[in-house]
Amino acid sequence: MTTKDIVLDHVSIRFGSFTAVDNAHLTIKGGEFFSFLGPSGCGKTTLLRCVSGFTDPTEGMVTIGGKDMRGVGPNKRPTALIFQNLALFPLMSVADNIAFPLEVRGIGKKERRKKADELLDMIALPGVGEKKVHELSGGQKQRVAIARALAVEPDILLLDEPLSALDLKLRHHMRTELRAIQQRVGLTFIYITHDQGEALTMSDRIAVMNQGVVEQIGDPEAIYNRPKTAFVASFVGESNSFSGKVSSQSGKEVLLETPVGPLRGIAAGGRTYKPGDECYLFVRPEQMTIANGVQPDNSFTAQALKEEFEGNARHLFLNSQGVDLRLSRINLGAKTDDLSGSVITAGFSADQAIVLPHGPLAGT
Amino acid sequence: MNKQTGGGPLAVGYSLLFFAFLFGPLIIMVVTAFNSSSFPRITPWECFTTEWFGVLFGNSRLMGGLLNSVVIGFGVVCIAVPVGLAGALALSELGPRLRATLYTVLITPILVPGVVLGISTIVFWGAVGRGVGAGYDSLFFNGMFLTLAGQVTFVSAYAMLVFMARLQRFDPTLTEAALDLGATPGQAFRKILLPFLAPAIGSAAFLTLLASFENYNTTVFTIMSQSTFTTALASKVRLGTDPSLSALAVIIIGITLIGAMVNEAQTRRKDMLRSGRAAQSRVYGNPVLSVLVHPLSVFFLLIAIVGFLSWQGSQQDAGVCKQQILDGKRARQEELLEAQRERMKAQKAAEEATKPTVSTQPASPSAFGGAFNSLAPKAEPAPAESANPSPFGGAFNNLTPTTDD
Ligand SMILES: Nc1ncnc2c1ncn2[C@@H]1O[C@H](COP(=O)(O)OP(=O)(O)OP(=O)(O)O)[C@@H](O)[C@H]1O
Ligand SMILES: [Mg+2]
Repeated sequence: MTTKDIVLDHVSIRFGSFTAVDNAHLTIKGGEFFSFLGPSGCGKTTLLRCVSGFTDPTEGMVTIGGKDMRGVGPNKRPTALIFQNLALFPLMSVADNIAFPLEVRGIGKKERRKKADELLDMIALPGVGEKKVHELSGGQKQRVAIARALAVEPDILLLDEPLSALDLKLRHHMRTELRAIQQRVGLTFIYITHDQGEALTMSDRIAVMNQGVVEQIGDPEAIYNRPKTAFVASFVGESNSFSGKVSSQSGKEVLLETPVGPLRGIAAGGRTYKPGDECYLFVRPEQMTIANGVQPDNSFTAQALKEEFEGNARHLFLNSQGVDLRLSRINLGAKTDDLSGSVITAGFSADQAIVLPHGPLAGT
Repeated sequence: MNKQTGGGPLAVGYSLLFFAFLFGPLIIMVVTAFNSSSFPRITPWECFTTEWFGVLFGNSRLMGGLLNSVVIGFGVVCIAVPVGLAGALALSELGPRLRATLYTVLITPILVPGVVLGISTIVFWGAVGRGVGAGYDSLFFNGMFLTLAGQVTFVSAYAMLVFMARLQRFDPTLTEAALDLGATPGQAFRKILLPFLAPAIGSAAFLTLLASFENYNTTVFTIMSQSTFTTALASKVRLGTDPSLSALAVIIIGITLIGAMVNEAQTRRKDMLRSGRAAQSRVYGNPVLSVLVHPLSVFFLLIAIVGFLSWQGSQQDAGVCKQQILDGKRARQEELLEAQRERMKAQKAAEEATKPTVSTQPASPSAFGGAFNSLAPKAEPAPAESANPSPFGGAFNNLTPTTDD
């Protein structure tokens, strides 16, 4: 399926002086489940609309299967877009919705009906063809929108946060379902979300975006374990961040002077830092431990503010020298002491911590 | 009704007053249509009659105007609805700055006084007509054409407002979805936007028809020597009114009521079907009743009732009663005249008795008589006719004893 690769060739999209997408340059392979992950307003929808043909890139170009898409309208592209709000046609029945792509291609009524029934079977909703759209539940609408998009027989399915309107349970269910559909039909899925859990569980590869810039592209594990920018490290998953100045570097290990004291971490991506460089040190809450006796590479005292129980884990909220931190312990069933209010010694091992150059953080 | 939210005697009284205020004039108008008095009034009640409907339909100026109005109204709907739709679509596609400007331009005809529109229509088309060298019998000086042109200018703005209101609720991603699914822009318009706008097209057509039909200010200028229903009506009212106008009101109210009832039946049925409670409902679950409350059956039922009433009405003859009234009036006149004579006689006698010397005053009773002069000539033939009441006398005689009881 490599003939259906999608190439964004230095694509920039501007609205007036505002840059919504800044020089995106990437290749999405045919048959891949590719996600764009980023906070609200970072330009994900804009980029997707550019691939589907509703917006022209201000600079650069989009090619699909080697064909330049400039001047090709959305109805002529081998893509089908599932809109953020689904955009099912409210005045038509479910079957008419699904058969719409066939209707506009002049295919006869009987064949349309047959195809619609097939697709309804595929999305496990047989017999709802006569219903009106508003009579369906959120998850059913979702699946109908997918069926309608598949009726086009596209090479590429574009999905714009299709699960954001659903409740948690259904969202989890639809994740597996979407992934299953993708593997069954073998299409390229370009999936947009601001939910990192969605991106991590479903995708082959993820592009993390911030303010129009693609910050990092990689498989879910690389994105989570080996973030390349401060933004990715703070946006994907929970992270504790310590801001500080580099004192020294020996091999991969960097010594950082932070408000809580000197901390050691690994320089991400084999970078070398000069003493005095402004850096962040990131460590995941689940990598933090409460030091009792054994001294890890890094340790410091912190005030335990409160503890939260989340079923599978306990989250301890700490403050040390004005730095807010989070420490997660897996719930193993045994009763653990409530530490809120006490002063503890927290720590983590140096090879679990990543040192990255200064840059914008998520949510700040 | 909830006790806290109202229902006290004050609220009831207020509601009654309110409804009386709303519907009182209409009810009085309807009643006057069936009173034989030649001036629209309820008291004194003379005779129940349906003849005013006949008078109405017999008025050739009104009926000719009605035909013109229908033709113009139809033309205005055919032009104003597409023009309004195009305007609304254009506005929805534009950027905010250009939209505000164009909106003002398109809405101006509503704000300009109708009189100004009417005159400027005549002036404009007259200039065009003379420009192309057309004569006075050409289109440019034809009242029907000018009225059509004049009304379309502002009626399309009404239609545009209706469409804009509906378009505001349209989700533009639906059109995008259609395009994305392979529809051409034309198909997306026909299959997605147009069905969505269908109710608005209906109401715009209705609104434009009404606006055209009832327009006076512009039409009175542009219609030239011809007349529409409204201008004919206006000139009739200026010359003095009679109950045939009340009869017209009865017809209009009747049409409105039928429309409202059919519409209500339609809405209820739709709600019932949509909510899916139709099967449980006592009315809609029953096969016979459900057919009976179908809007079409309601419509035909009402039409049948109206037809029956009209037929009954056309058979009704108020001649006898009216003759009685006429006779009654004459008798009363006679009485008055008699009383007057008596009084004059008595006066004369008194004068002769007290002041036999002054003879000038009794010799000229004209000061008194002047007031009665207008009545006197009319009263004169009355005795002549009542003196020979043979054709009606029987009826009169039959009735008198009963009234005496
Ligand atoms: N037509 C437009 N004109 C001007 N600015 C626009 C337009 N469309 C989008 N933008 C701007 O571009 C930026 C990116 O918008 P976009 O819709 O791509 O965000 P997003 O990443 O999809 O966000 P969300 O997760 O909330 O859907 C936003 O700041 C938005 O205001
Ligand atoms: Mg979006």
